[in-house]
Amino acid sequence: MGEKISFVLNGANVSLETEPMRRLLDVLREDFGLTGSKEGCGEGECGACAVLVDGRLINSCLMPVLAVQGKRVVTIEGFRETARFHALSGSFDRAGAVQCGFCTPGMLLAAEALLTDNPDPTEEDIRGALSGNLCRCTGYTAIVEAIRNAAREGEGLWP
Amino acid sequence: MAVAVYPRNLAEALRILEIQSPLVLAGGTDLMVKRAGTYPDECPVMYIGNLPELRQISRQGEELRVGAACTFTELLASPLLPDYLRVPLAQIASPAIRNAATIGGNLCNASPAADALPMLYALDAHFILVSAAGECRMPVRDFFLGPGKTMLAAGQLLAEIRIPIREGWRCIYRKVGMRRANSLSKLSFYALSDCAGGRLQDIRIAFGAVAPTVVRSREAEMKILSGLPVEEIILMYNGLIKPIDDARSSSRYRREACIRLLKQYLQS
Ligand SMILES: Cc1cc2nc3c(=O)[nH]c(=O)nc-3n(C[C@H](O)[C@H](O)[C@H](O)COP(=O)(O)OP(=O)(O)OC[C@H]3O[C@@H](n4cnc5c(N)ncnc54)[C@H](O)[C@@H]3O)c2cc1C
Ligand code: FES
Ligand code: FES
Repeated sequence: MGEKISFVLNGANVSLETEPMRRLLDVLREDFGLTGSKEGCGEGECGACAVLVDGRLINSCLMPVLAVQGKRVVTIEGFRETARFHALSGSFDRAGAVQCGFCTPGMLLAAEALLTDNPDPTEEDIRGALSGNLCRCTGYTAIVEAIRNAAREGEGLWP
Repeated sequence: MAVAVYPRNLAEALRILEIQSPLVLAGGTDLMVKRAGTYPDECPVMYIGNLPELRQISRQGEELRVGAACTFTELLASPLLPDYLRVPLAQIASPAIRNAATIGGNLCNASPAADALPMLYALDAHFILVSAAGECRMPVRDFFLGPGKTMLAAGQLLAEIRIPIREGWRCIYRKVGMRRANSLSKLSFYALSDCAGGRLQDIRIAFGAVAPTVVRSREAEMKILSGLPVEEIILMYNGLIKPIDDARSSSRYRREACIRLLKQYLQS
């Protein structure tokens, strides 16, 4: 039998015995009921499945669950509990950056990863940070604006 | 069910490799796409992404030593990384892919379109291959045999990439693809030059994805340095390039794009 794979999921220690090559995305959705991470392409191209692993943006469709052993995983459900989430999502709403919403969890986490590294990004920085996240509805401009506004208004949230 | 194996250090990894012949996993960005949906039933999977010996970046004399399990994000964040390596690596995929993808995985996967390849050919880099029996140093051009084929033997890991430091050299990297982010190149063009004192002292040119392995010719580079006319240089490269037709592009398009990029570069 396989060994247990243990990691920190949205702040809580979790441990499971499973096929180690299963995609983190499937483990999150099926075993933990965290369906905020979406499957768009399943090939690393769209970012709908993005989560944070040790603070870095990762496409969970490309990461086998064995690779998160001992690491910290944050999904959109965990990120929802933070003040940064509220600043970003408020800003997304005001800018009209959410239409169907399928890309939104990935976009918010990409924005969080960017602002953690770089609290005062240029438009080019923002577009670069979102380059692995596809949106089929908004045309990106509203999303870029939302992130710029969040950076400006979220003073002190991102050190 | 497969078993995940987590060696704590390189020596342990090499012992496991010898005894259990596991599937080696680094960032998984190539393996997971290839195996989408299919799991290796009984084959153990050895995760090398945490091996401390494979995660170092250091400078020893005139050589940069890069551990094979460094991710592209880690490389790009290193103050030791010269611009002529930064420029091509910054064009790889997207932040989320660069956070997972390792340079060793890029090389061992041996796609002709791999972006880490042309620069390493141009710089005459070496690879350190290790096994339980010991290590060997191999020039990059000997390592690659063709698409997906390398000299890596059973029981061996790629441990380190050794890259000569070329103070003041400048590069350009052109990646011809469909979309800016997350796209594999139809072809790529890497050129490196040393213009110390305002005169061309040395030049290196490498093409990716237009032949089974990277195209580089020291003979042609020496001809450029000796001042052979551009038309004749282009004829030389035209003979070296052997592109194929595939889903990403046609051989005619690839050849024409290569020649145009080369011409533009030589005339500038
Ligand atoms: C959406 C997307 C976009 C991409 N865009 C680009 C791009 O723009 N440019 C580009 O070059 N590539 C690109 N790639 C390809 C891929 O991300 C890279 O090739 C990556 O560097 C592979 O590294 P990895 O650590 O993920 O490899 P893995 O998938 O873990 O491993 C790949 C192979 O190498 C072997 N291996 C890994 N490390 C070692 C080692 N140290 N010793 C021996 N064997 C080893 C593994 O066993 C496996 O066979 C892209 C991939 C995706 C999914
Ligand atoms: S579903 Fe993972 S990147 Fe598209
Ligand atoms: S809002 Fe529909 S995909 Fe982005």
